[in-house]
Amino acid sequence: MKNKYVVFAVLLFFSFPVCAQDDLLDLLDETDESVNYTIATFKGTRIINGHSTKLRKKKVLEFLISHRFGRINNGIYEFFGLDEANIRFALEYGITDVLNIGVGRSSFDKTYDGFVKWKFLRQKTGAQRSPVSMALFSSYAINSMRAEGQNINFEDRIGYTFELLIARKFNSDFSFQLIPGMVHLNSVPSAQDDNDIYYLGGGLRYKLTRSFALTMEYYYRFNPLTSTETFDVIGFGFEIETGGHVFQLLFTNTLAPFEKGFITETVDEFWDGDIRFGFNISRTFQLGQKRKW
Amino acid sequence: MKPVIFIALLFISTSVVGQKYISEKSNIVFFSSALLEDIEARNEKAKSVFNADNGDIVFSIPVNQFQFAKSLMQEHFNEKYMESDKYPKTIFKGKVLDFEKGSENNNVWTEGELEIHGVKRNVKIQGNLIFKGEKVIIESKFIVKLEDYEIEIPKLLFQKIAEEVEVTVNFEYKRYEK
Repeated sequence: MKNKYVVFAVLLFFSFPVCAQDDLLDLLDETDESVNYTIATFKGTRIINGHSTKLRKKKVLEFLISHRFGRINNGIYEFFGLDEANIRFALEYGITDVLNIGVGRSSFDKTYDGFVKWKFLRQKTGAQRSPVSMALFSSYAINSMRAEGQNINFEDRIGYTFELLIARKFNSDFSFQLIPGMVHLNSVPSAQDDNDIYYLGGGLRYKLTRSFALTMEYYYRFNPLTSTETFDVIGFGFEIETGGHVFQLLFTNTLAPFEKGFITETVDEFWDGDIRFGFNISRTFQLGQKRKW
Repeated sequence: MKPVIFIALLFISTSVVGQKYISEKSNIVFFSSALLEDIEARNEKAKSVFNADNGDIVFSIPVNQFQFAKSLMQEHFNEKYMESDKYPKTIFKGKVLDFEKGSENNNVWTEGELEIHGVKRNVKIQGNLIFKGEKVIIESKFIVKLEDYEIEIPKLLFQKIAEEVEVTVNFEYKRYEK
């Protein structure tokens, strides 16, 4: 009986000095209340055509140029579509780390657009946990094309978009996003068309090396316009990151790099070979005072 | 009955005698002088415990808490250089050598294992250890070579950073009481 206690006491005595520094570390872990936010789920504010949960940080201004060329299957005479260029210029800005706004102008339908994006949940581990990041997104788009001999009311030129972005970075290489959303058109081509078009989008990013990644995107529409033939938008891309730049080279079937356009006005069928080359180039600038520590 | 008292005494002795200090304020700055711009980052979320009896000391530094002037730089630092999702903490475990307890003027060497970016290396770092009333202050400045810790600089990145960074460490400790 006594022997047992002695052995126990001796063991106890030895156990302390052996891993004294690890004990100190354990003591630190006990008092650890830090939260680890998942970063770099997506590198661009767009995955291909649509928005990602990436936001620009406070006082960061992004100049974004999105190019969409003609159809590759137009052949050599059109230089595989490169003769026809559609462009969207945009300025996008971080009001805070979780609230971004932006305005843009696209050649497609001479459209002016604007958006607000609010990230209300961040993926995190540690003392606080969340498996996903979430953002609310809303945009409007105004078609400013002249219509010869017609008088179109201003309101009828407008379409609105509402989306919930749900993204998760599964590991350091793979990120996935779901985008339930809805486009509301103030006017539709025919009375049988729905004014509200609902869709579910999916996007992903797979990192190949530290600076290269593959991207993919698809939006399924539940109730597309019926009076004109339109298709679900699909895209495959390749992303290169260099310092303050993100280059996205992509293949898609739409000309319109904004929601109302690519959801309701995509007239090309990707799987019939009506594929367009395009790219998004983004340059960010840190404005204002440097951040205070 | 006797062995129980013995064990109880043993427990009390180890917890009373250990004169531990835990950090209450910390500041780690790293500075890298590069061709295009100097890069500086600051971390106030690091923690440390120091045992004044035997000189044992540990530091735990959450890598993603380094704050940069440019937010994009911070992202690159975490994602591309330090891979902080894989290696969230920088850890130092070591021993302060030959110091005089209670002295305000200890210029000391600390020997131990520094783990950055998942790579462990034995290092010897010089610094000051100051006992001030109930408090302990530690100051140090040293150089870290990126290649020692297998931190690669992506070729495509325009912001070139130096191969060596200067690290300045300031910690203030209070007595640790359970």
